[in-house]
Amino acid sequence: MKRYAYFPGCSLEKMARGYHLSTVETAKALGVDLRELEDWNCCGATAYFHIDEILAYALCARNLALAEQEKLDVVAPCSGCFKNMYATREHLKKDPDLAEHINEALQEDHLRFKGTSRVRHLLDVFVRDVGLERIRKAVSRPLTGLRVAAYYGCQIVRPRKGEEDVERPGYFEDLIRALGAEPVEFLLKLRCCGGSLVVTHRKAALTMVHQLLLNASTQKADVMVTACPLCQTNLECYQGEVNQEFGTDLKVPILYFPQLMGLAFGIPAKRLGIGKEFVDVEAVLRKCAG
Amino acid sequence: MASKMSFSKEISNLLYAMEGNPIDRCIQCGTCAGTCPAVPFMEHSPRQIIDMIRAGLRKKVLSSNTFWYCASCYQCTVRCPQGIHITDVMYALKRYALWKKKMYNQDLIGPAFSQQFVRLILKYGRSFEPGLASSFVFKRGLKGLVKEARTGMKLFLKGRLPLLPSKIKRIKNFRRMLARILPLEGIS
Repeated sequence: MKRYAYFPGCSLEKMARGYHLSTVETAKALGVDLRELEDWNCCGATAYFHIDEILAYALCARNLALAEQEKLDVVAPCSGCFKNMYATREHLKKDPDLAEHINEALQEDHLRFKGTSRVRHLLDVFVRDVGLERIRKAVSRPLTGLRVAAYYGCQIVRPRKGEEDVERPGYFEDLIRALGAEPVEFLLKLRCCGGSLVVTHRKAALTMVHQLLLNASTQKADVMVTACPLCQTNLECYQGEVNQEFGTDLKVPILYFPQLMGLAFGIPAKRLGIGKEFVDVEAVLRKCAG
Repeated sequence: MASKMSFSKEISNLLYAMEGNPIDRCIQCGTCAGTCPAVPFMEHSPRQIIDMIRAGLRKKVLSSNTFWYCASCYQCTVRCPQGIHITDVMYALKRYALWKKKMYNQDLIGPAFSQQFVRLILKYGRSFEPGLASSFVFKRGLKGLVKEARTGMKLFLKGRLPLLPSKIKRIKNFRRMLARILPLEGIS
């Protein structure tokens, strides 16, 4: 059985509870052992980088050190947490002086960063470690005929981590196909949802969300799936404001990708945390039930 | 005698991990400006900002709204043919502008929001959405406040809004740890 240190991140505690619940359920169904990191702290989001860079690295270094204690790679479902922890590990490994400075601070919590635990995104773990073959086998109710807009967003893909395709990745769509559903052509799949601009510059964020929803809706997607709690919140909880702002009547249901996986695996919607949405997902559930 | 560092050098070296962001290599191709999804809202495009940095227009750069509109999507960064970490330039400018408090537009929500976020994490070790609200809900007028309250109520009814912050267990160690990174006397 594959085992990982699980870093839910702040959003999954409450705002994106459905993401957490569906992650736990689908991991169990796929034989992936997720051990929640004991006493994890916030990754710092983008805000910490606005204030102080080293402070931001210290936050992530603590979580990485906690995972290293367990001798496990760490997996995050939130693209922001993933990117921050990934970047921290890269920088600290490159710069032993900086690592030492942070390690002195980590002594206060009896921890030490060594750089031995890799940082992974949940979607990547499911597609690459578990594999599409295994996922296909777990599907008991193929989502035949369901048109899905697979939305990558930003930080799961960018900045570049290695030699991967950052302009036309396809692994998310591969997963959708493995569930029996049909990925729609979604040109804006890598375009930003606005992130925290929804708080700081509402009009800009609503404009960005509007374009994404319009793209998904023009492609007649039944549902848009996300791999990040902030994307889900922006696309979903502010869809009403988008409609007010632009005089549209968009109703694009938004789910987290493990929720869609769970439905294909025959897990009851409630256990996947479905039912907490602003935009009704009944039509998606009906279509999933065949 | 100490020589004065150029503004461009200052910004290039403002981020510890960047080892000197190669701003001087910019060829003004405008790929960043054509790529950025927030560019229609910016007073200056990322390309213009880089040009202004290199021209040493310190005050004009720091009072621009451009970097406060950067959502950290890194689209410009992965496409820059010269390998400039443009998103990190934006981070650097945010930080620099926060130091030079009088230079940024005081109506902006971004600075107060980031500062409040950092304070909350120092206090609890984790984020707490209602605790962030004070930094922005009153800046959007009555209509904005009503909208915000409506969204908040809806989140609450859906069971998606925490009423109490969740604090990490080893918060004391955590605070001491961060205090060793920065001299943070007087955190409560």
